[in-house]
Amino acid sequence: MIRFLVNRLLGMAVVLFLVCLFTFVIFFVLSPDPAVQICGKNCSVEAIDQIRANLGLDQPFWAQFWTFISGLFAGRTYGTGANMIECAAPCLGYSFQSSQPVTDMILQRLPVSATVAIGAAVLWLLAGVGGGLISAVREGRFADRFITGLSLTGMSIPNYVLGLSLQFLLVVTLGWLPFPQAVPFGEDPAQWFANFLMPWIVLSIGAAAVYTRLTRANVIETLQENYVRTARAKGLSPGLVWRRHALRPALTPIVTIFGMDFAGLLGGALITETVFGLNGVGKLAADSITKNDQPVIMGVTLLAAFLVVVGNMVVDLLYTTIDPRVRVGSTA
Amino acid sequence: MTFTSTELEVEGATGGEPGGEPATASPPASGRRLARTFLRDRVAVACCVYILLIVLMALTAPLLVKLSGYGPLEFDQSAVDPNLGGLPLGWGGGIGAEHWFGVEPGSGRDIFARIVYGARVSMTIALLATALTSTLGIVFGLVAGYFGGRVDMLISRVMEFLMAFPALIFMIAVLSALPAENRQYLLVLVISFFGWPYLARIVRGQTMSIKEREFVESAKASGATSAQIIFKEILPNLTSTIIVMTTLAVPGYVGTEAGLSFLGVGVVPPTPSWGQMIASSVPWYAVDPAYFLFPGTFLFLLVLSFTVLGDRIRKIAESGEGRV
Repeated sequence: MIRFLVNRLLGMAVVLFLVCLFTFVIFFVLSPDPAVQICGKNCSVEAIDQIRANLGLDQPFWAQFWTFISGLFAGRTYGTGANMIECAAPCLGYSFQSSQPVTDMILQRLPVSATVAIGAAVLWLLAGVGGGLISAVREGRFADRFITGLSLTGMSIPNYVLGLSLQFLLVVTLGWLPFPQAVPFGEDPAQWFANFLMPWIVLSIGAAAVYTRLTRANVIETLQENYVRTARAKGLSPGLVWRRHALRPALTPIVTIFGMDFAGLLGGALITETVFGLNGVGKLAADSITKNDQPVIMGVTLLAAFLVVVGNMVVDLLYTTIDPRVRVGSTA
Repeated sequence: MTFTSTELEVEGATGGEPGGEPATASPPASGRRLARTFLRDRVAVACCVYILLIVLMALTAPLLVKLSGYGPLEFDQSAVDPNLGGLPLGWGGGIGAEHWFGVEPGSGRDIFARIVYGARVSMTIALLATALTSTLGIVFGLVAGYFGGRVDMLISRVMEFLMAFPALIFMIAVLSALPAENRQYLLVLVISFFGWPYLARIVRGQTMSIKEREFVESAKASGATSAQIIFKEILPNLTSTIIVMTTLAVPGYVGTEAGLSFLGVGVVPPTPSWGQMIASSVPWYAVDPAYFLFPGTFLFLLVLSFTVLGDRIRKIAESGEGRV
């Protein structure tokens, strides 16, 4: 088990390092010179050189990369002498636009994104697994066909189209819900719920549809397994057969993709937060794209990659405990 | 939406739809039989018709625009009300004989013309990306699965690495750093770069099992080269998998293109794209819902049609010749 853990951690570190390198190459080789951009129009060559020196952009590529990586772990300093600025670890640099530390900008907006993501995940798990189960039990009947059709629709509707449609229908036309704003839970739970409801629905719809289909297929398949037939033949009550024998193997794959999907939610949050104007990490990234604020885009990208890699690892670890067939190290 | 990674993985991982006829009971279906089963399915036919309509619309865009009278980039200030901040005059965003789908608020550009030209962009990008990802996925999957060993390990590692990327965010990061010229082709490249492992993984798995079968062995014994075995013996057995996977990939790429354009890193204005039209309708949605409903509905129906179609083809393929 320990060897497995160490292996996984090493693999994770390698992937993250490559992700860093990859993003770094993209931004510092392909994109236009940030110094020119910061300086603006009518800028002297000396001023541009000064900015380059301050940001360390005059250094060779590997030196810059090393500074960036060490900044993540140990912090880094910008400029020299009186102009020196400390950037504490984990330092992701400073925004070219607002001159704020990127780490702070992300941390400030993280609670909103986390609320949207967690709420959406709860919603899609409930809807997806619930819908899939109903569909499997009533296989071939009306409920099954209805849910299958609904999930195909849910899979196909782009979330920004759904977001705008819901907002138009529920907010503008019917006035049932407020324009989504990031109301803290502690302030007013009811308002919090009403404000976040639409973002949750929009962010979860695609995944809910996929989970419905997956649950349905898995449950139907499991019910045809020999051991389920054996359990039935033994005379176990249908409820017990379901709980003990059918559900567990059917739901194991759900755990796998749930971990990965949840970790990858930042990508989906980008569109959802933009549609509803919620000030989360996704909106931050979207705004930075239009302003070409590279350090921020890079910070969010790294955060997203980190979440995905950690998510994959957690799934692998969970798998060994959920699925008795996968026991690492001890028996094999 | 956008990148349907889990979707494709799931389809591949769960394999056959349970409840289908057992492989032994159904004789290998001929192409004609498949076509007949397919044509009897009204929903699938409706999806096909819609897709064909969009393709036709994209192909005849210049002609259609001549018919409707307004080009996609033409401003028509007479159709908007300057006193209301450029809100279109008339009902439903200015729908009428002049402008069939109304006009864009502010500029007064014809929405019908932009939808028609947007179809071109969406279809071109989605189809090119599908072609490229399929080629890459098939070749790498076949090579990894057939040769195994070091080659397999290398390709599998690269695939794992690419799939560990938060694809959407990465595409945004890459596209925002790249210059804006030739955006459409860059989009195809970037989407394909992150997209091929999903097909490659499934092709690899199937290749690994097919290469153990007798006919491959006999081909080897009769002195066929690796290339001959891979492309003449193994590839034909993967046809149904590949058809299903590619049909299911197209809607994903349509959505991805629209999503990226929606976020401002896709197709560059003034070239119209559906995603981009929806993005520019955001500030107007409350007062002019028609502006997002037109591109939104077209986009939704296109993605839906491809998804349903892929689903149906998968079912038909699995109940017949699909099982390997």
